[in-house]
Amino acid sequence: MIGFLTLFNKEVLRFWRVSFQTVLAPMITALLYLMIFSHALSHHVSVYPGVGYIAFLVPGLVMMSVLQNAFANSSSSLIQSKITGNIVFVLLPPISYVQFFLAYLLAAVVRGLVVGASVLIGTMLFTPVHIAMPLLSLAYAILGGGMLGALGIIAGIWSEKFDQLAAFQNFLIMPLTFLSGVFYSIHSLPPFWLDISRFNPIFYMIDGFRYGFFGQSDVSLSVGFPVVVGCFLALSAICLILLQRGYKLRY
Amino acid sequence: MKNVPAISVERISKRFGGLQALKNVSLTIEQGEFFALLGANGAGKTTLISILAGLARADTGEARIMGHCVQHDYRAARRHLGVVPQELAYDPFFTVRETLRIQSGYFGLRRNDDWIDEILTRLELLSKADSNMRSLSGGMKRRVLVAQALVHKPPVIILDEPTAGVDVALRQSLWQFIREINQTGHTIVLTTHYLEEAQHLCRRIAMLKLGELVALDDTASLLKAAGDLELHIAVNPDHLPPELLSRAKSLGNARYCLALASADELEQVLCVLRTAGVSLEDVSLHRPDLEDVFVQMMERT
Ligand SMILES: Nc1ncnc2c1ncn2[C@@H]1O[C@H](COP(=O)(O)OP(=O)(O)OP(=O)(O)O)[C@@H](O)[C@H]1O
Ligand SMILES: [Mg+2]
Repeated sequence: MIGFLTLFNKEVLRFWRVSFQTVLAPMITALLYLMIFSHALSHHVSVYPGVGYIAFLVPGLVMMSVLQNAFANSSSSLIQSKITGNIVFVLLPPISYVQFFLAYLLAAVVRGLVVGASVLIGTMLFTPVHIAMPLLSLAYAILGGGMLGALGIIAGIWSEKFDQLAAFQNFLIMPLTFLSGVFYSIHSLPPFWLDISRFNPIFYMIDGFRYGFFGQSDVSLSVGFPVVVGCFLALSAICLILLQRGYKLRY
Repeated sequence: MKNVPAISVERISKRFGGLQALKNVSLTIEQGEFFALLGANGAGKTTLISILAGLARADTGEARIMGHCVQHDYRAARRHLGVVPQELAYDPFFTVRETLRIQSGYFGLRRNDDWIDEILTRLELLSKADSNMRSLSGGMKRRVLVAQALVHKPPVIILDEPTAGVDVALRQSLWQFIREINQTGHTIVLTTHYLEEAQHLCRRIAMLKLGELVALDDTASLLKAAGDLELHIAVNPDHLPPELLSRAKSLGNARYCLALASADELEQVLCVLRTAGVSLEDVSLHRPDLEDVFVQMMERT
């Protein structure tokens, strides 16, 4: 148990020590998106009745930050440790693979939540924010952070070089988050793209998170919630199998 | 628990693609031993250590640390083992003390500062305790690696070239420290390319060659088997008495080499020379050292 807590603490400290890059920078990026998109699109995009575009954008940006940063945390920590060789320090001790998984996963969730909260507080400077069901949104943020944290663990284990990880980030994470309805309601899309969006698990996370703000969503939570939980469990299972086998970590 | 070997390796083989890194290696190291694992670059030392540490998996065979299988009972095996890895690695986010506290935590130890302070003192790192790992010199980083392997006071300690890049004074104080640890009952296994270190420190030695165990014996027996004591002399005049000439090897320039069965024989040789009126210009005794043994072993096919 102490082994797990130490690893978790170390992973949190690792990003906290460089919070300028790991918290402040993504927060500023999200706020820039808010200013640019709200300026450019607020008169062109109609979202939910009774919900202004800026208000609509806020939860999308918050959740996008949670997801991207959770992924970044576990994946970058693992690839750095692998490349610099200091991964041996966590491979030598009697830390079980389940503890290993949970420590990296929870640290990723914490990073996601810290950045998400910073973005939320930042947006409050620009626009009033009202959250109808904060606990529901929090649950979605934790689940979403967990899912991307797990995906980050997989990416970190699989990648052998930084550019492989960058490819993962640029060709999978970025398109999936940008095309997940952060900036629009998928009902404004042509039917073909609407159908495609339904295969994007990140869409369900953003949608559910936003439901917590407005009580309105693109698809029913009775569909969205199981999808999110299912994806989280599936990715976690893959992580555990990889770690148990020592895939690319123990040769 | 008392009589279980510190390390047991049974018919371990490991292949990397087309390369057989370890071939059917078996060896047992008892508790309390000071043991050297020697071999040329690429012989398989680090691979064997990695298997013991659970960093690599053997294709066949079984390895145990204090009786715990490194595969099936990996947590117990790792708790009993401290490894100083060959590759210099460090986490640039932390100071030396933080690094050691974190490493203690990984082994389930929460308040370990007294021992950490002692290790830091013995390894002459105390003045660097609060420096970031990044700012340390290479030799200091290696000492931190040694410290990290010791935080949990493991009964079995494996050091993979711990003195590479460490200066002379520290090498000696490091070995002094390790020797004391050994005297309190900890088993020590080391690899090094400084063979005089191994000869000096280790009671027993294994040699690997291209993944195969080619020697496994007491240091003393290996040295004895490597050949006799040799007496090198330069004489004046260059006229060795016949009873000596018959068994001497000429090295040219009035220099000769005589094999002695024991140190006792020296007296007799000197006596013969004195009687023959031959004086000695120079004399030296050469005892085969571990380097000679090593070269012999590696040349043998
Ligand atoms: N991960 C790996 N993948 C492929 N080959 C490897 C790997 N690790 C080691 N080898 C090969 O296995 C052989 C044994 O390597 P090992 O590192 O065990 O040697 P060593 O005895 O420790 O040498 P040195 O004295 O140089 O440290 C070498 O030929 C090496 O190239
Ligand atoms: Mg080696």
